[in-house]
Amino acid sequence: MILGIETSCDETAAALVTEEGEIRASVVASQAELHARYGGVVPEVASRRHLELVTPVIRETLGVAGATLDDVDRIAVTQGPGLIGALLVGLAAAKALAWSRRLPLVPVDHLDGHVASLYLQPEPLEPPFLCLLASGGHTMLLDVRSHTERELLGTTLDDAAGEAFDKGARLLGLGYPGGREIDRLAQDGDPAAYAFPVARVPGLDFSFSGLKTALLYAVRDLGEEELAERRADLAASYQHAIVRALVERTQEAARQAGRDRIAIVGGVAANSELRASLPAAIAAPLSLCTDNAAMIASAARWTEPVAYPRYLALDAYASR
Amino acid sequence: METLTQSPEETEALAADLAGRLAVGDVVTVSGELGSGKTTFVRGACVALGVRERVTSPTYTIGHRYHGRAVEVSHLDLYRFEGVSPAEWGDLEPYFEDAIAFVEWPEAGEGVLPSPRYAVRLRHAGDGRAVEILEC
Repeated sequence: MILGIETSCDETAAALVTEEGEIRASVVASQAELHARYGGVVPEVASRRHLELVTPVIRETLGVAGATLDDVDRIAVTQGPGLIGALLVGLAAAKALAWSRRLPLVPVDHLDGHVASLYLQPEPLEPPFLCLLASGGHTMLLDVRSHTERELLGTTLDDAAGEAFDKGARLLGLGYPGGREIDRLAQDGDPAAYAFPVARVPGLDFSFSGLKTALLYAVRDLGEEELAERRADLAASYQHAIVRALVERTQEAARQAGRDRIAIVGGVAANSELRASLPAAIAAPLSLCTDNAAMIASAARWTEPVAYPRYLALDAYASR
Repeated sequence: METLTQSPEETEALAADLAGRLAVGDVVTVSGELGSGKTTFVRGACVALGVRERVTSPTYTIGHRYHGRAVEVSHLDLYRFEGVSPAEWGDLEPYFEDAIAFVEWPEAGEGVLPSPRYAVRLRHAGDGRAVEILEC
């Protein structure tokens, strides 16, 4: 089995996945509840938090699977992109475990991990397909040609889609996580009430910062009472603009790449309007859309392992 | 002194001008409310410094590190922070080493982050932006 470890951002996660892509255990120690309490601000954004959690999370993963380290054939870990200190905690834990058991280590790119969440059981997707990766930190269109080859067709020029949702929620005075709050409120609103601009950038790239400014101006022009009345319409119109941008570009990318299947991964894949607008799209289960380690272990099935002891020199990277 | 800009391109041009005065080790704080053009400003400076990677918002990722023509450029965002604890400073410190560092939402890092060489303040002004660049 493959032991996956992920510590690139806020989540400390570990998972055990078989060679066939069956998840035996996947544990995520999330700070989402803490986020909610602090309105989106993380009480302490530090690698120390990962350091406290990484060993218990690995132990719990083995416990849930009823396995021991004897069952682990190799260790997969996120090498980047992410916050350097956070990545280093996971990487050091992976190196130490691999070293102590003389196991090979597989460094995995976080974005490959998101794509590989689609290769897990019970319904693994086979490439080729067009993949929309949309989360708080990333918004990308990938032409996935095989398990090992992908081409970046488009990306955001400024804010990620998930970030646009969260900052929009903040402008509307909603709670955290913003995407979910906007989605919920939008059910009661009119998506055509406000014509928010969808930025026209060349090619298959995205831009969401103009949209955020348009929402700010709309909110600024309303009084407190009026805002309360129009909040649902604003949320619905704002969400509609984000989703339209994602859908239009995704469909155009699929057309250009000649792909008839579209997959969505990342936290934004949970958005109900996005799912309704791309009804044929394949979406991973929600627990695999947000950061987790099962996807990292899954990606390792197609990534060349580094043999003992060469991986001791591996370094994390913040960005590529 | 405040300069009014009417487009992202004009904001980027101001930033490019500032970039010419920066050296490794310099810190530039970039403040302003949501949508006031902070990332746009940093992008303008980065492009002028020869960065060819996409310069995007680091709100969720906290820190980006770019390769300029002759210098490394760090791009940080403390939007999700409430103050900066010693442990958090330990994570942020490497981004200030051997680089020009731009910090969005620097307020949470006051008294902890290295002193800035320039403080940039942006605000909405009509449909444009008012940009103030202070030498510290």
